[in-house]
Amino acid sequence: MVESRWWITALTHAVLLLGVLVVLLPIYLAFVASTHPVQNVIQVPMPMLPGGHFWENYSQVLGRGVPTVGNVPIAVMLFNSLVMALGIAAGKIAISILSAFAIVYFRFPLRMAFFWLIFITLMLPVEVRIVPTFQVAADLNLLNSYTGLILPLIASATATFLFRQFFLTVPDELAEAARMDGAGPMRFFFDILLPLSRTNIAALFVILFIYGWNQYLWPLLITTDRDMTTVVISVQALVSVMEEEPQWHLLMAVAMLAMLPPVAVVLLMQRWFVKGLVEPEK
Amino acid sequence: MAEVSFQAVGKTYPGSRTEVIKGISARVADGELMVLLGPSGCGKSTLLRMVAGLERISRGTMAINGRIVNDLEPKDRNIAMVFQNYALYPHMSVFDNMAYGLRIARIPRAEIRARVAEAAQILELTPFLKRKPGQLSGGQRQRVAMGRAIVRNPQVFLFDEPLSNLDAKLRTQMRVEIKKLQTRLGVTSLYVTHDQAEAMTLADRIMVINDGVAEQVAPPLEVYRRPASAFVAGFIGTPAMNFLAGRLCGDGRAVELAGGVRLGLPAPVAGGPMAGGTEGAITVGIRPESLRLDNGHGDLAVAVDLTEMLGADSVVHGRLADNGSTLVARLSGIVPARPGDRLRFTIAADALHLFDTTSGRRLDA
Amino acid sequence: MQKRVLFHNPWLPYVLLAPQIAVTLVFFIWPASQAILQSVLLEDPFGLSSQFVGLENFQRLFADPHYLNSLRVTAVFSIAVALLALTTALVLAVMADRALRFAVGYRTLLVWPYAVAPAVAGVLWLFLFNPTIGILAYLLRGVGISWNHYLDGGQAMLLVVIAAAWKQISYNFLFFLAGLAAIPRTLIEAAAIDGAGPVRRFWTIVFPLLSPTTFFLVVINVVYAFFDTFGTIHAVTQGGPARATEILVYKVYRDGFIGLDLGGSAAQSVVLMAIVIGLTVAQFRFIERRIQY
Repeated sequence: MVESRWWITALTHAVLLLGVLVVLLPIYLAFVASTHPVQNVIQVPMPMLPGGHFWENYSQVLGRGVPTVGNVPIAVMLFNSLVMALGIAAGKIAISILSAFAIVYFRFPLRMAFFWLIFITLMLPVEVRIVPTFQVAADLNLLNSYTGLILPLIASATATFLFRQFFLTVPDELAEAARMDGAGPMRFFFDILLPLSRTNIAALFVILFIYGWNQYLWPLLITTDRDMTTVVISVQALVSVMEEEPQWHLLMAVAMLAMLPPVAVVLLMQRWFVKGLVEPEK
Repeated sequence: MAEVSFQAVGKTYPGSRTEVIKGISARVADGELMVLLGPSGCGKSTLLRMVAGLERISRGTMAINGRIVNDLEPKDRNIAMVFQNYALYPHMSVFDNMAYGLRIARIPRAEIRARVAEAAQILELTPFLKRKPGQLSGGQRQRVAMGRAIVRNPQVFLFDEPLSNLDAKLRTQMRVEIKKLQTRLGVTSLYVTHDQAEAMTLADRIMVINDGVAEQVAPPLEVYRRPASAFVAGFIGTPAMNFLAGRLCGDGRAVELAGGVRLGLPAPVAGGPMAGGTEGAITVGIRPESLRLDNGHGDLAVAVDLTEMLGADSVVHGRLADNGSTLVARLSGIVPARPGDRLRFTIAADALHLFDTTSGRRLDA
Repeated sequence: MQKRVLFHNPWLPYVLLAPQIAVTLVFFIWPASQAILQSVLLEDPFGLSSQFVGLENFQRLFADPHYLNSLRVTAVFSIAVALLALTTALVLAVMADRALRFAVGYRTLLVWPYAVAPAVAGVLWLFLFNPTIGILAYLLRGVGISWNHYLDGGQAMLLVVIAAAWKQISYNFLFFLAGLAAIPRTLIEAAAIDGAGPVRRFWTIVFPLLSPTTFFLVVINVVYAFFDTFGTIHAVTQGGPARATEILVYKVYRDGFIGLDLGGSAAQSVVLMAIVIGLTVAQFRFIERRIQY
């Protein structure tokens, strides 16, 4: 920076630390609450340091679940969330990369029609077609199934465009060299295009994993069995019974568990994540 | 071993009406290196890509070793190509880059290893086989691209401006290496470039292409000595040939330049633009290096504008005293001519090139 | 932009596109067309028969005070969320940009909320603002503010705005930080040599050059507030108290799934589609503008 007066630097860090405090405080206090017995948590004001019930609270929700919401272990819902998040991320990447490959490397009748058809999905989030989409899923017998949680969400205009942009930057000569080497289209795709897309796939995977993990409305509609639902939905289920029997310590433990995987992915893969989010065209 | 032949080959892009290749016929002999030379946009790369099978042939026939290849896929033509930007697979090691085509052709592993090792040895790439293209210098990448072509033992090599991404010094060096390699392997080759020095050193024969037409197909020295058209004459040689307006006179035994200077010819010229007569407008070409300084008896009086002294040579730019057209002369040694000086030049009668002004074709005795 | 090289195969491209197109047709196009169809039909409560009623559902919708209320709530909510999330993120990004070698460290601490589900974010703030045990409600009582978002609609709105904005700060922060990094240092230095102080430089140089990023983020934040905050509302306030936080998306869900008013819900869906199309067009105009820069 141009100025380097000490008080400007001090102000900068003060503002940033305040921001960090606001951003991390809710998460920290949730963690504190999840490590205390319930009587400590409902005390006013609550304790500011972690307590000694970490193991009790977490083993209870993970292994036995919470009585007021059907005693289904949270471990089951974490597994459901994981299947859904991985399924959505992998599914979106797989079908989008194939579509982009077809659209960029082939010319065929109706090509632009397909392109626009995919584009339109951008304008139709689940939220605007809730009831009829639910009906389709019900008619196809997809309620309370992993297929039902994953399949309707894996069309992706964004991912398709992203791969299309990337393929357009791959030099033509590479495809020509592959043709001279005798590679057919699928061979070129698997041996050359796919390895070259690794960085893009990794970045996209982080973003889509979080997107899948944090899905809310669709799992809320499609899962009615407690043991098919996701951990995010179970957080809400716990909140809704909180007035009957306040179990804030367990609720916060479940909330921590619901946050842990996506937060870990973001922090561990920060480089890919930031690249994929902010500069997707590269 | 193979020969490549073109029979009135033409190319029109779909949706366009202009032909970019206008019926080229030629024959590349077995083991010959033919350079396709021309300015950018002349169609030389397109012609090469048609041989490769990367562009469709719109008309005419193309044959490799007598077999018509118009409709064959690139992989079935038994050819290999070196691209301008090398087109190395960035995620594969040097070894894998060279082996890729062989693996697709299901060649046994042991043989792949042997062939790659041999090519690597020829190209001095053995220490780099495990590296990725990104870890190599420009010259090394260029050699990998050549290696990828060599391992396939193709009938024909195609080179698409393979040296244009290298710096001047490396380019001169690689030029010699390519020539040695091609001579040693004896594989029929087509080589595209816009660099005349590259064409002169490498080629067995040069095909000069202009605007989709093969202007001349001949060995380098013949292209230089007897350019078939004014275009070829102007394209080859530095500084470029001088062109002066003139007309034939004296039954085709002499030319008269505008302004009245008369130059004798070694033999009478017949035909050409003066069909029916012997008086007609022509273009006279004079290479700068064929002019000799002769202040006593020189026919051409020149007023000097500028002299470039290059050490071994001096290049004099000036205007003809008689008609004002510009004239460039390349003289050996140091000629301390200053702007405004008057010099006189002579030219040997057999160093004059005559062209039909309208068609641009060469006129000969 | 087109490829020069193409592969030729009469059926392969269709095979490659088939999965994407199948999912799109079955789960996107078909339901959306059903929504449009239902929006002009009136179905009896048992779903046995339906009749064409033209735009009646829409007329009913725009005459419904609850729907008009929902429109107003959505407008207030999304403007407040966008404003809060954007200004906070911009301040933090400008500061982090100044913090030089600490920037990546602060970034690591500030990206967490991006990964938190909107519903979970809502629950975290619900805990802090709980009228009986919440630590922030307790602190507010200390300064004489009685906090109870279960009864006070304004406080309920404030709570969901804070929860929704909190989650979006990270996203905005990352884009602003990238936008700031893309501004050439030499421009800032030139302005400093011209005698502009830090505040003046921000408003005359930095902020105008950030405007493409800002515009893009405004659209993204509005889309987020419209559609992705369903979880926050559903988990925290259920639209209450007295519909004070009933945003459009929550109302579609409630009318369609709990109220079983298919025609009305479908008409609402069609209105939402129109809004998304408008926002998407705005977003694509931004991309055109960005190419110019």
